[in-house]
Amino acid sequence: MATTSAKQVLFEPIFSNNPIALQILGICSALAVTSSLNVTIVMCISVIAVTAFSNLAVSLIRSQIPGSIRIIVQMTIIASLVIVVDQLLKAYAYEISKQLSVFVGLIITNCIVMGRAEGFAMQNGPWLSFLDGVGNGLGYSVLLLFVGFWRELFGSGSLFGYTILSPVNEGGWYVTNGLLLLPPSAFFIIGLSIWALRTWKPEQVEEPDYKLSAHKAREAF
Amino acid sequence: MAKSKETVTRTVIVALVLSVFFSVIVSTAAVTLKPLQVKNQNLNIKTNILAAADMLPQAASPQEIEEAFARFEVKLVNLKTGEYVDPDYVGVQDPMKYDMYKAASNPELSTDIPADQDQAGIGRRPDVAKVYILRENGELQKVVLPIHGYGLWSTLYGFVSLKGDANTIEGLGFYQHAETPGLGGEVDNPRWKAQWEGKVVYGENMTEPQIKLVKGGVNENTRNKEHKIDALSGATLTSRGVENLVDYWLGDRGYAQYLKNLRQGEV
Repeated sequence: MATTSAKQVLFEPIFSNNPIALQILGICSALAVTSSLNVTIVMCISVIAVTAFSNLAVSLIRSQIPGSIRIIVQMTIIASLVIVVDQLLKAYAYEISKQLSVFVGLIITNCIVMGRAEGFAMQNGPWLSFLDGVGNGLGYSVLLLFVGFWRELFGSGSLFGYTILSPVNEGGWYVTNGLLLLPPSAFFIIGLSIWALRTWKPEQVEEPDYKLSAHKAREAF
Repeated sequence: MAKSKETVTRTVIVALVLSVFFSVIVSTAAVTLKPLQVKNQNLNIKTNILAAADMLPQAASPQEIEEAFARFEVKLVNLKTGEYVDPDYVGVQDPMKYDMYKAASNPELSTDIPADQDQAGIGRRPDVAKVYILRENGELQKVVLPIHGYGLWSTLYGFVSLKGDANTIEGLGFYQHAETPGLGGEVDNPRWKAQWEGKVVYGENMTEPQIKLVKGGVNENTRNKEHKIDALSGATLTSRGVENLVDYWLGDRGYAQYLKNLRQGEV
């Protein structure tokens, strides 16, 4: 940990230590906000901003935070930042903030933010912590955009709202896949992308918790 | 140093300083951004009125929305008598400034709804409602009425627009709700909303609203299809909420008297 370089901290979470694919954190919002890319992008930017600045703030005061109240201190910082982000969105991106509805507020409960504050920012300097926040936010964003890409393309036949495959109900030929518009479909895409990622980087595969022993007794016959 | 930060005084001081610091940040953000947010909300409400009335230009700029909205007259209606009242009656100058949802919590301007009559689940009803009417050469073209009521998770706020006969629906839309995205949240789906156009509110006797949200779709052969709308799949409670709130607001305790007056040309 002592020798972590800025570059490592920033880029590792994107593929090698992806918060969604490897740590399996932040799944809730990954299901909820990925049915259209415009919404996804705003959510990603919000999460990057919150993780980066909460990490920065926690790291700046880390030597002052008494151990007994450190979690609640982190929560206060994160919650305040989320409210500020929510207010900004309501003022400058009203339509999108309406679509994101409660999910901006729910960034507070996004395990990635809290996890990085407690797991990284409490032990590292402000600059590194800030980069770590950006890096983890980016890791989250890469996966969200990947999920959003497939969901919007095959769910509504468009990307960023521009029609790519013209859907039947607007007089085109493409029968939209309704499942992809529903949140559970993101599970399939996240699952498949974790599979792909672990095939590419086999070191991410976890050791099995237990092994099925070979079948010896023949009592069934 | 390492030990000293664990004392009780230290903990209290850190907690206090932190709370004060972040409350200042949060309140500054909330206060400075408020005007912009209010502007967005007003524009959003006007956009929704226009959308319900099917008068929203494609990709309209804020200015176009203001212009289109300016064609509407804003009126305050006493729901009991169905007659217009002066803005003074509710203590405002400009009818646009009247907030009927705020008035609902003011005992002088609202009525408690007995539980057995409260289909919409709103508790109190303002005595005076704010309606938007469009006349051309003195002829009533459209009337847009605010409606609200409880769905599954949240109160849905929206508008229903009626055509000049004050009986046929032009459109319906909700501008604020927190129903499940993808299920109840589909009340915002343009294709679902499009079904409302042309539906008839009142039956032959013109008293009770007849609108029903039904399962299994509505087609040519459905009985009373002019009153029926296909409910949202996977959102029974939201659909029921929408049916109840439409029933409530277009019924006796809602706009029924006012609409009757409109049809008879008395207001």
